[in-house]
Amino acid sequence: MRKALVAAAIFAALGSGTASAQGTIKIGIILPYSGQFADGAAQMDNAIKLYVQQNGDTVAGKKLEFIRKDTGGIAPDVAKRLAQELIVRDKVDILAGFLLTPNALSAGDVSAEAKKFMVVMNAATSIITTKSPYMVRTSLTTPQVNASLGTWAYKNGIRKAYTMHSDYGPGIDAEGAFSKAFKEAGGEIIGTVKMAVANPDFSAYVQRAKDLNPESIYVFVPGGAQPAAFGKALAERGIDPQKIKVMGQGEITDDSALKSMGDGALGIITAFHYDPNHQSAMNKKFVADFNAAYGRNPDFFSMGGWDGMHAIYAVLKKTNGDADGEKLISAVKGMAWESPRGPISIDPETRDIIQTVYIRRVEKAGGKLVNVEFDKVENVKDPVKAAMKK
Amino acid sequence: MTAAAAATSPHAWLQAQARWNRTEIAFWLATLLPFWLFPDYLVLASQIAITALFALSLDLILGYAGIVSLGHAAFFGLGAYTAGLAAKYGWGEPLTGLMLGALAAGIVGYAASFIIARFRHLALIMITLGMGLLLAELANSLHWLTGGTDGLQGVKMWPIFNKFRFDLYGTTAYSYSLIVLFLCFLVARRIINSPFGLSLRGIRENPLRMPALGASSRAHLRKIYTISAVLAGIAGALLAQTTETVSLEVLGFQRSADVLVILILGGAGRLYGGLVGAIIFMVARDQFSGNTPQFWYFWIGALLIAVVMFLPNGILGGLAKLSSAWRSRA
Amino acid sequence: MIAPVIGVLFDGFAYGMLLFLLSVGLSVTLGMMNFVNLAHCAFAMLGGYVTVTLMNRLGWPFFASLPFAFLLAALVSVVFERTLYRRLYRASELDQVLLTIGLAFVSVAAAAYVYGTVQQPVQMPSYLRGSVTVLGVSFGVYRLFLIGTALAITLLLVGALEYTRFGAQVRAAVDNQRMARGLGINVEGAFAFTFALGSGLAGLGGGLAIDIVGLDPSFAFTYLIYVLIVVSVGGLGSIGGSFAAATLIGISDVAGKYYVPELGAFLIYLVMIVLLMWRPAGLFGRR
Repeated sequence: MRKALVAAAIFAALGSGTASAQGTIKIGIILPYSGQFADGAAQMDNAIKLYVQQNGDTVAGKKLEFIRKDTGGIAPDVAKRLAQELIVRDKVDILAGFLLTPNALSAGDVSAEAKKFMVVMNAATSIITTKSPYMVRTSLTTPQVNASLGTWAYKNGIRKAYTMHSDYGPGIDAEGAFSKAFKEAGGEIIGTVKMAVANPDFSAYVQRAKDLNPESIYVFVPGGAQPAAFGKALAERGIDPQKIKVMGQGEITDDSALKSMGDGALGIITAFHYDPNHQSAMNKKFVADFNAAYGRNPDFFSMGGWDGMHAIYAVLKKTNGDADGEKLISAVKGMAWESPRGPISIDPETRDIIQTVYIRRVEKAGGKLVNVEFDKVENVKDPVKAAMKK
Repeated sequence: MTAAAAATSPHAWLQAQARWNRTEIAFWLATLLPFWLFPDYLVLASQIAITALFALSLDLILGYAGIVSLGHAAFFGLGAYTAGLAAKYGWGEPLTGLMLGALAAGIVGYAASFIIARFRHLALIMITLGMGLLLAELANSLHWLTGGTDGLQGVKMWPIFNKFRFDLYGTTAYSYSLIVLFLCFLVARRIINSPFGLSLRGIRENPLRMPALGASSRAHLRKIYTISAVLAGIAGALLAQTTETVSLEVLGFQRSADVLVILILGGAGRLYGGLVGAIIFMVARDQFSGNTPQFWYFWIGALLIAVVMFLPNGILGGLAKLSSAWRSRA
Repeated sequence: MIAPVIGVLFDGFAYGMLLFLLSVGLSVTLGMMNFVNLAHCAFAMLGGYVTVTLMNRLGWPFFASLPFAFLLAALVSVVFERTLYRRLYRASELDQVLLTIGLAFVSVAAAAYVYGTVQQPVQMPSYLRGSVTVLGVSFGVYRLFLIGTALAITLLLVGALEYTRFGAQVRAAVDNQRMARGLGINVEGAFAFTFALGSGLAGLGGGLAIDIVGLDPSFAFTYLIYVLIVVSVGGLGSIGGSFAAATLIGISDVAGKYYVPELGAFLIYLVMIVLLMWRPAGLFGRR
């Protein structure tokens, strides 16, 4: 009886499988379109749409078809189910999107088992790409950015730092990478505070930092409402980033955070791989087009989505429209291109992104606060996977 | 309760309740239909079955004993983490993993029941909520054990009976979840249609009178709360095993709130309330979010409002009312 | 040595006042009218969006936009009260939960549809930014303003409910509906008014909260837990109770994060559980 059931199910599934038309390639996009992380998903999805709009929906003679699925937030069980359904029911050839680490990790299993090409367009924990040999990442890794910042800080005369981070996966990773690099360079961490993840009010933590009057403060908080709240707490407690150096990953000074923080943010130093204020002709066009279409600046989510689409288009051209997972992943290895964020490439060994990390400072330009790049570290690989190899 | 049933002895009434009627048999036969009709939806079906079991566990305390909980995900999560950790550290056998999950949730549920049974009303809701959130925060800070926000990595399940591996199509997952759901349902049904179940309903209706009749209400509440925790733990373990993932959100407030909504939607205090609620809610969510991934909340919200307006006391409650009204007219 | 203590007490009190403004309305509707309104924070969110729209799109000053946050939230809530809520005054609490959760879902989607999912930025006027230093302790100006507003509202509310004829009618309607009706009091009207007042205050709280906690469509759910904590600890239907609970929770949250950051995430829940085990009906609860 049981065997008959299984046989019936598989037969039925295979039967409906041949329906997929010859001339199309299906791409399943899994993102948290609703819930707490909806804005990141919207920004990424906008970039995906813009790319398709500008480059046409036909690659190597095949028409691209997109199927979008919502995970509703951090939900690895849902993400995995959606990935399974996309492959089993919708017969997609490529999985893409993935804003959140837990979701990317669980869908990675599906990519590995079904041998499907998977493009991680944001989720930034190092180990994600080890989950499936068919996975490539076009965003960043948290250690990539934060370790670069740690080394840079010491090289540029900062000797002591107080670190503050949200007590959850990305925060722990980011602070860990920063402190490790900073200490290896010779710096000293004079104290660390872990902050509650669901935390609307930073005054207590900032007061603690102020009591120590450190030379510099390193901070990591999740993007969204918290960077602005943190910046306001700094201003309110009278910490001036131009005197006590305040450093962190790029989210803390993203567009919407800067708008709410006001002049108190002047002087905050961040390390990141992309900012809409990046000075290049390619980026200027990208930002202008994005603004024309969606009425706001792109952000790093958009950048991950944009380059993810670029990778998909480029590999399909290389394989001449063959969407076999094996062929696509070998095509993407070592691929290098010029992106609005600068030159990037895919590490042939880890399938992870290699890129320039920019060091920026918040300055006022034309009455608006912007992140101004004043230094950079080129060709940065993910330090965690590099260390694992040794 | 019909007049005829009330006239006979309580035992006869219970026996009448315990008899399987045609609708019930049809319902369970219908749960087999996805194998043939929707073979592409078996993964969803398995997660519906798991949610249904979770909602059933909440129904035992909420619908039958009047304990409103906003922290029931605590037990779901305990089951999930226990089963997940067992698999991660080398014991991937599903059935024993399921029992371990049930055991862990049961032990904590029993301990918690001593607090729970002493409170009612808003205090009870908020204490369950607080304990659930504390457990979630604890799991987050035990990063080395739980993997924190990234989730537990390295959960690998062995095939059931060394034969049926968890496949991409979800055939094994659905068969397994459905069988476990059915067995747990039988247990719940037996409990509800026992004198113990009847006295629980008595406590729900009037917490002061039952002790006067000689039924120790707190002991009863503790018992049902523990049973409910066990079932929730089994549901959590099932999810961990069939998806081979465990992450913090198994303990989250959202899961507690969702299951409450699902149960009320289906009809609390009815054995099939949680099951029907899970089917309607998850199928609706799947359809709405497939069509408008960004705004499906609107439609699911509209569905909830419509149900309250037209079918008070949940879908099953509303339908029962409509059908009895129709019958009395006929 | 004493300066940090005062600083922490001040910050905690101000945070508590924000929680108070957000939750006092729910305490009133839940306590007095026995209605479980889980869409309460949706009205707060509405107030927030009204403030943002008036300030950022129409260029209104912050102070001018706040009354409209109150009014619009109150107005919209009355529409819902008259059309949906009133039909469930006698229904089970579970049905009330389902209805109001449904409404909150709809509000989240509507906000995302109209305003997008982005964090709404607000720039406070310069005289509300920064801090003043008195005797070596720095006080955030915006926090001072929050405290002032909350105290004024508390006084107004208590005054209006205790010392006016209308307040007496509302209390009568709530305490004993049948008797009040018999005395010719317009119970329906009193309910609608109470409801509007509660939601309006939430709207005002939403407008005031943006500067501290931000605003996006998930607001309707994010702060629901905090609001419920304040209401339950304070005791249903008690303005003084909500005030005391909000103060206690705000201060213990900030103090906990300052002195024992390892417990930062746990403390607020621990405090709530201990307080509720000690006084299940809340600090000032009657039941």
